[in-house]
Amino acid sequence: MAHVKNEITKSKLKTPKEQITDILSDLLKVTAIALPDDVFESLKKMQACEDSELSKELYSCIFDNLDKAEKLKRPLCQDTGVLQFFIKAGVRFPYLALLGDAIKDATQNATSSVPLRHNVVESFDERNTGNNIGTLAPWCEWEIIDGDGLEIDVYLAGGGCTLPGRSKVLMPLEGYEGVVKFVFDTIVEWGVNACPPLVVGVGIGTCATTASILSKKAILRKIGSSNPNPKAADMERRMKIGLDNIGIGPLGLKGKQSVQCVNIEYAAHHPATLGVGVTVGCWATRRGSINIKNDLSYEITSHKNKIN
Amino acid sequence: MSDNIENTRNINDKKILTTPIFPEDIASLHIGDIIYLTGMLVTCRDDGHRRVIESDCMPNFNLSGMSILHAGPIIKATPSGFEMISIGPTTSRRMEMYEAEFIKRTGVKLIIGKGGMGAKTATACKQYKALHCVFPGGCAVSAATEVEEIVGVEWEDFGMPEAFWIMKVKEFGPLIVSIDTHGDNLFERNKAEFNIKKEEALKELLPFVHYSHN
Repeated sequence: MAHVKNEITKSKLKTPKEQITDILSDLLKVTAIALPDDVFESLKKMQACEDSELSKELYSCIFDNLDKAEKLKRPLCQDTGVLQFFIKAGVRFPYLALLGDAIKDATQNATSSVPLRHNVVESFDERNTGNNIGTLAPWCEWEIIDGDGLEIDVYLAGGGCTLPGRSKVLMPLEGYEGVVKFVFDTIVEWGVNACPPLVVGVGIGTCATTASILSKKAILRKIGSSNPNPKAADMERRMKIGLDNIGIGPLGLKGKQSVQCVNIEYAAHHPATLGVGVTVGCWATRRGSINIKNDLSYEITSHKNKIN
Repeated sequence: MSDNIENTRNINDKKILTTPIFPEDIASLHIGDIIYLTGMLVTCRDDGHRRVIESDCMPNFNLSGMSILHAGPIIKATPSGFEMISIGPTTSRRMEMYEAEFIKRTGVKLIIGKGGMGAKTATACKQYKALHCVFPGGCAVSAATEVEEIVGVEWEDFGMPEAFWIMKVKEFGPLIVSIDTHGDNLFERNKAEFNIKKEEALKELLPFVHYSHN
């Protein structure tokens, strides 16, 4: 495996929209083909902890597949998801107006060039559009930040790890105990089929919407990081230990561990409600992160150890 | 009548099943066994199951004694034909509501996917002598390299993931037997164990997450 550090590059021949399209197409390509550095390292550590013959065989299949995907430059999993972009847009970034179109163009380009699977089925018509574009697809979440650049995360979630996702509004007297039970029930009932070891995102907030979007943002946070609130960080750590003690193992076929991490994100909540959301990522959690400056130089920050 | 020795061979300790598969080829297999498949394998998932069962419509390919893969691949059309780029298994549980009837109507003998299937499928596997196996989820490039050729496609109107891709595969696997012809179900057995351990883990954990204003 070649280790090429991402270079800050700048193309001068194309229009800004074409340049952003190319940059995002590159991000989609590397994200589909290789795992982000933190997920790769986390799986390596987990592999070393398992000792049953079946677990060892499964981890060897996983790493063999990652190797083949990089060598052949193919999507490491066939399910490249309905693309989701999480954009932190600097208020002074000069090309904000054309960013939405560039995201669609990049999605379409990557669909044919990488290639990505045709994964967008237009609702009600129930027809595959064939280019990964449809109503509100790709899905974009926008956040305005200070500054003149962009920070974008793209997430390629397959159907398998999307199925367990759910949120619920608890009554406050159910407490954080209710939150933990909801997550554990979801993981044991549905997570087993979602290609463990899982990345578990938990969101806490007022309603089903805030809890679920926060659980998705929790997935985007790196494995090994902790919530800055010591109580939330403690709950993350204890939930990981608890889930690991269930012994779901790689691909749900039993082992010493179950999850790569439990990440919690939260918002303050209404006194009469306690919303909880859970989103899971599979062993092959594919998220790509990029910083783009106002001169359109960029750096892919998620895949520093991988071919770009 | 099949020849057992011909159809279930052990090469270097690798148990290889070849199509067409006959009940006696798989009778001695048990949950947890690892096997490989050589021969014909076709993709069939949500829409394919729906068309077979709801519309009572069969693809132009006889599935009797054959194997299906719950998968939606990435295929590249080239001037010389179709190229398999990436093909991993999809969540089998989505097909649970139709799989038993699918086994009955088609005579399919081997179903490959990921994650477990439920009691209805296990009963059908016992009654009609079929197997459900899992291919390691997400290992889609490895799987693609075990596809020798895409020999045809049916129901392309479903789009790339749902179409019925007919493939010739060589030593496709590892396939872990998850439901055997005796009706034993590996994932359901594991899940029962996970549920017991879940209660133990919660008992230990819950006293530490009682956050309140009091």
